[in-house]
Amino acid sequence: MAFLNKYISDVFGAVRSLLKGMRLTGYYFTHRREIITQQYPDNKEQMHLPERFRGEVVMTHDANNEHACTGCTACELACPNATIKIITKFDISPEGKKKKALDTFVYHLELCTMCNLCIEACPTDAIKMAQTFEHSVTDRSQLTKKLNKPGSKIREGIE
Amino acid sequence: MFSIEHITHLIDAWLYGNLPPTLALLIECLIVGLAAITLFAVLGLVLVLMERKVSAHMQIRLGPNRVGPGGMFQTVADTLKLAMKEGLTPDGADKFLFNLAPYLVIVVSMMILAPVAFAKGVQLWDLNIGVLYVTAISSLSVIGILMAGWASNNKYSLLGAMRSGAQIVSYELSAGMSLISIVVLTGSLRISDIIASQQNGWWLFKGHIPAVISFAIFIIAVTAETNRAPFDLAEAESELTAGFHTEYSGMKFALFFLAEYVNIFIVCAIAATLFLGGWMPLHIGNWAGFNHVMDYIPSSIWFVGKVFSLIFLIMWFRWTFPRLRIDQLLRLEWKYLLPISMLNLLLMTLIAINGWHF
Repeated sequence: MAFLNKYISDVFGAVRSLLKGMRLTGYYFTHRREIITQQYPDNKEQMHLPERFRGEVVMTHDANNEHACTGCTACELACPNATIKIITKFDISPEGKKKKALDTFVYHLELCTMCNLCIEACPTDAIKMAQTFEHSVTDRSQLTKKLNKPGSKIREGIE
Repeated sequence: MFSIEHITHLIDAWLYGNLPPTLALLIECLIVGLAAITLFAVLGLVLVLMERKVSAHMQIRLGPNRVGPGGMFQTVADTLKLAMKEGLTPDGADKFLFNLAPYLVIVVSMMILAPVAFAKGVQLWDLNIGVLYVTAISSLSVIGILMAGWASNNKYSLLGAMRSGAQIVSYELSAGMSLISIVVLTGSLRISDIIASQQNGWWLFKGHIPAVISFAIFIIAVTAETNRAPFDLAEAESELTAGFHTEYSGMKFALFFLAEYVNIFIVCAIAATLFLGGWMPLHIGNWAGFNHVMDYIPSSIWFVGKVFSLIFLIMWFRWTFPRLRIDQLLRLEWKYLLPISMLNLLLMTLIAINGWHF
């Protein structure tokens, strides 16, 4: 008898769980506003990208053309395929002390896989992922980018 | 009132009135053949588009929407592409069987079309063993699939074909059992008798719970017989690339593809005929007024509506349920569906003998 009870409850349990699945797909079928497809070239103006979309690595600059990069090369070490090359220089502080600083942040977009490891490695949140994704160019050399803006310097108080 | 029956009678009378009987018969055969082929082509185009749209909306996508208004001509474009492609035959294949298999599959689908009643009085062949004929012929399609799998000389194809064989052989039992339970109620294998017996209500409602159970079992079994997800082990893209039609290309592939969709149409037509009254409008017992209103809707629309609702149900299954493993598939049939349908048939016989149905 216990066997029969299990058999019958198996059948009813299976039917119930299948109907549960069908209710969800049926709900999606009848509710058009749930559709998440973005018809990309047509909706360029009102396109909505998710917050965590990874388009390319950029360096954030504030209004005074200052960034937060100390030139520590943590991102360069974190990068699995040598996308980032940090060139450092030595600033002389007013007290006459030498201090390591960023000269050029070289970013090879053609090598980048958007894995986000450099952003996680950065101790000062100097770089972030941008939402731009239309990267096609006519010449390969245009894909090698310099991320720190010309004349920019490190923000005060960032070590 | 507009009816297809009227038109066919007019054509029949004109042909026999103006031509010698042999020639008239030949021309009628030609017209019927052309109509069947046209139906196949239209069904292929419509059902593939419907499947793509249904699947898209169930997966929160849009589906084809570029070719024509709302993507309406997408399948026409696909068919043109397939027609222009090369029909490749692999070097190691058994050439004769390889080229024969798609035609066999499509011919079998065409043969099942014969006893289907599309509207009142529109039936190619009202033979007295209609239901038996359908079950007998539908089991032939597995030969085409096995032939394709064997002749391809490809292990994926062979595996897919063997799985398909095991699957169709086992699921035919419960499909047959659920068909028999309606035959028990009707007392006839003739399709027109079965439809006529649903004059005062469809068997799904008249036959109490056993009819509902046998309807559910029939739908599950035919989903398996047409090799559709969740029972698409014969194709199983993730395991066997494309199963038995891995090596096919161009129009020969298109024939397999077409046969799959036409088979869905046919099994849904059979289910609609036996359980939902075929072209018979929705009648409830003795409500003369209600029945009269329902009669105003043409019988062909009733039939197409029922068939397409069932097709939608099967598509709904496909885009909701995950695929079964081969052992789960066989356990479902032999340990669940078959015992339940046997018990159900017993109950149905009891109901039919005692006249408990409405």
